[in-house]
Amino acid sequence: MTDSHYVDVRDLRRVFEVSKPWLNRILEGGDRQFLKAVDGISFQIAKGETFALVGESGSGKSTVARMVVGLLPPSGGEVRIDNVPMVGRASSTERQRLRRRIQMIFQDPYASLNPRWRVAEIVAEPIRAFALIDGERDIKARVGELLSLVGLHPADGAKFPHEFSGGQRQRVAIARALASNAEFIVCDEPTSALDVSVQAQILNLMRDLQDRLGLTYLFISHNLAVVRHMASRIGVMYLGRLVEISGGRELFSSPKHPYTRMLLDAVPDLDMTSRQRLPVSGEIPNPINPPSGCTFNPRCPFTNERCRAEVPLLRDGVACHAIHEGRLSPLAAA
Amino acid sequence: MNTSIQSSPISSSSEASWLSRFRDSDIWASFKRSKLTMVAAGIAVLFILAAICAGVLSPQDPFDPAQLELLNSRLPPIWDAEGQAPFLLGTDEQGRDIFSAILHGLRISLAVGILGVAFSATLGIALGLIAGYFGGFTDTLIMRIADVQLTFPAILIALLIDGVVKSVLGGELDAGTILSVLVFSIGLSFWVQYARTVRGSVLVEKNKDYVAAAKLIGLPASTILIKHILPNVTGPVLVIATINLALAIITEATLSFLGTGMPETMPSLGTLIRIGNNYLFSGEWWIVAFPSFALAMLVLSINLLGDWLRDALNPKLR
Amino acid sequence: MGAPVLSVRNLKVEFVTRRGVLKAIDDVSFDIERGEVLGVVGESGAGKSVTGSAVIGLIDPPGRIAGGQILLNGERIDNMSPEQIRKVRGKRVGMIFQDPLTSLNPLYTVGEQLEETIQTHTNLTRAGARKRAVDLLAEVGIPAPDRRIDSYPHEFSGGMRQRVVIALALCADPELIIADEPTTALDVSVQAQVIALLKRLGRERGTAIMLVTHDMGVIAETADRVAVMYAGRIAEIGPVEKVVRQPLHPYAQGLMGAIPTLKGHIHRLTQIPGSMPRLSAIPPGCSFNPRCPFAFERCKVDRPEAIARYEHPVACHLYDQSSAKVEVASDR
Repeated sequence: MTDSHYVDVRDLRRVFEVSKPWLNRILEGGDRQFLKAVDGISFQIAKGETFALVGESGSGKSTVARMVVGLLPPSGGEVRIDNVPMVGRASSTERQRLRRRIQMIFQDPYASLNPRWRVAEIVAEPIRAFALIDGERDIKARVGELLSLVGLHPADGAKFPHEFSGGQRQRVAIARALASNAEFIVCDEPTSALDVSVQAQILNLMRDLQDRLGLTYLFISHNLAVVRHMASRIGVMYLGRLVEISGGRELFSSPKHPYTRMLLDAVPDLDMTSRQRLPVSGEIPNPINPPSGCTFNPRCPFTNERCRAEVPLLRDGVACHAIHEGRLSPLAAA
Repeated sequence: MNTSIQSSPISSSSEASWLSRFRDSDIWASFKRSKLTMVAAGIAVLFILAAICAGVLSPQDPFDPAQLELLNSRLPPIWDAEGQAPFLLGTDEQGRDIFSAILHGLRISLAVGILGVAFSATLGIALGLIAGYFGGFTDTLIMRIADVQLTFPAILIALLIDGVVKSVLGGELDAGTILSVLVFSIGLSFWVQYARTVRGSVLVEKNKDYVAAAKLIGLPASTILIKHILPNVTGPVLVIATINLALAIITEATLSFLGTGMPETMPSLGTLIRIGNNYLFSGEWWIVAFPSFALAMLVLSINLLGDWLRDALNPKLR
Repeated sequence: MGAPVLSVRNLKVEFVTRRGVLKAIDDVSFDIERGEVLGVVGESGAGKSVTGSAVIGLIDPPGRIAGGQILLNGERIDNMSPEQIRKVRGKRVGMIFQDPLTSLNPLYTVGEQLEETIQTHTNLTRAGARKRAVDLLAEVGIPAPDRRIDSYPHEFSGGMRQRVVIALALCADPELIIADEPTTALDVSVQAQVIALLKRLGRERGTAIMLVTHDMGVIAETADRVAVMYAGRIAEIGPVEKVVRQPLHPYAQGLMGAIPTLKGHIHRLTQIPGSMPRLSAIPPGCSFNPRCPFAFERCKVDRPEAIARYEHPVACHLYDQSSAKVEVASDR
């Protein structure tokens, strides 16, 4: 194993059953229905790197996050972290040892902290669960240290979550994630519930912590500008599939997939005041009944027969027939 | 580097004491706003104190046959011309002081009510937590049992359990056993409401990310349920428990009135009412009137407290 | 040009709580001209939504308008009776909210709702109202409007629903449209379409639009002028290029620098320390002074009023000549 495959996700799949209840199906007819939330996703993350997944609602990016940390069992495929599989073969002690190294930061800091617990207890919980430190005094000292690390005061530990603003709560959540000395942190839309000035504080904090502690991030977001700021490599998801994967700068300077181009064109941006945009058409189709072939084909200006029939595979960092056939060339760097 | 991570200092962290935090809370404010609630709380507290101090306050021990004088039987209240001290509210046909009997009866009624509620709440919360958290077949099984139970009125279930236990244990039972049977049957007939409410709250709470965070560090389900989810579903349980306390007291009184509850040697308020009922038409109204009044006031004040608690804990209703 | 469509003068909105009176809006003034889009931007708690609600008389107790005037084409609407203001709403002022489902009744078809609104505010016949409803749906870009008009709201996707709400707001050809976070609930690719639609409508119909949002990107794309709000006051108001590119107020500067963009590369985002004060704890003097890197003594005691020294008004002592001592770099 090399450092570049610290996190290794292979052909990850997840299917949700969205059928009506059994009795209704018997009486009213209708077949069982399945939703392919994640459909064959592979990527690797190097140690100390930030890899981002971007996509709109229904793209399956949060489902990937939950499978990677082990909150949701995959329907297929494999997640290996530091060469230890997250599901199946690993023994439970081995998995518990792995759990300590993987933590998650959630989107809504109002729901991710137990409202009935004091902040110090919330941050101390992973320390106790993994029996990292013995003795109440030492645990308390470590909690104070962690709170200072994320820019809070050690005395804030005595407060309850509702006494903090959204940004401060997200700091508490980060302190909890660091409490077990985690190396790999999955961040699921960590700033989308925050105001911009607070978002900047949290993003800066996350980068500082990465520099200082050598953390590896899987960063999930719908916000392209935030992803651009944070990630060294980016995967773009559409309806459960990776349509493009490339280096951070490259994706923005020369996007390949038509969907990526459309997204980049759609983002309202400060520096593009009153520019003329290319018209964006259509909306994301219902994932229960996705279009055949390339799922982007109904919205794509470069669609042909093959796109409607055959699912494009990810090759050279993009899953698009038009690019593979040379009908469409990557956008030249501006 | 260090300074860049620091955010602005957060408002000075003066640790407020539990009491001052309570005095500052919305619940306390809404309590102070409602006169009716304060009166109800006053009455309820008075009743509870009276029940606790029954031994000190009452002039005689109504459970001790040696203290009863038949000479003193059927005396009217003290303000009546024929009334006698120390029998404040008169006496019954055995010469038992009604005031003392009410105080002791109150104690039994409250004990049965509180123990019954505690039992049903424990059972209901446990089943509700399990059903909501694990879902699937466990959930279906527990909730279908609850559905079936709901089709029988609580009083019928209590009568049924009472009858079964008595026929199994046979014949005359001592007062302590009867009390346990009452608590058990009341508990079994009221658990459904707790289970349903708790299950509903658990379905919401278990999908919140603080539960996901607890799963991430590998905590077992029992720890997550008890330490994380339980503290967040207690609000509605408290409301149900208060309202059910009134219901449990009434149920006990009904059972005792019907003759399947507390015996005449250790009467609860319901038993007193049953005894008094026999003398209503012979003119000894006080034997039934005072215990009934006490029961009505107790239940009413607890119900008012329950209503207020429901409104205070659910700001959406305001 | 004539009189502005909307003129808000020294507006004050208060909320009475058991802990005392909270000032949600404190002395806010602005105008919107015909065909102009005014963006009102700020973080949560800045009072931007409350401002929108106040203009259309939707402040419910315990809130109240505590002072100032709101003029719609020269006519005062802040002191109207609830009956009168209801007539103004819908007819002269259209509204678009964040969640399209709150504005649409799920039990009626889109056509029925549009026709009802049209007939309430105009004297068109049923057939006339239906024709106008179809035209409106076509105008907001709903494909095959003559068929879609008989669909129920749930049969539309999120973006299409928001288009229907915009059509509903346009029914009576209002003078002013208040759009409160109209694109926040939508996906990026759909958001762009709705923004383009709003912009086109303002231009073509000459409707004044007050666009309330937290998203600077949306403002930069859509608005002609921007008001940056902070803690219930306007910190800076001016043409969008000026405020976005060369903001004057330290808060606006911090805000613009805090937003990651798609161009250029910066290692660190500008960060404003702390967070917006709660309404119950607004600091004296300039409410931004505890977070401001340039704050000096006067900022802690004296509340700055809008100064029009540069091309546009800014409420900051740094630009007051009598106290000017720091020249602020205005390139971000």
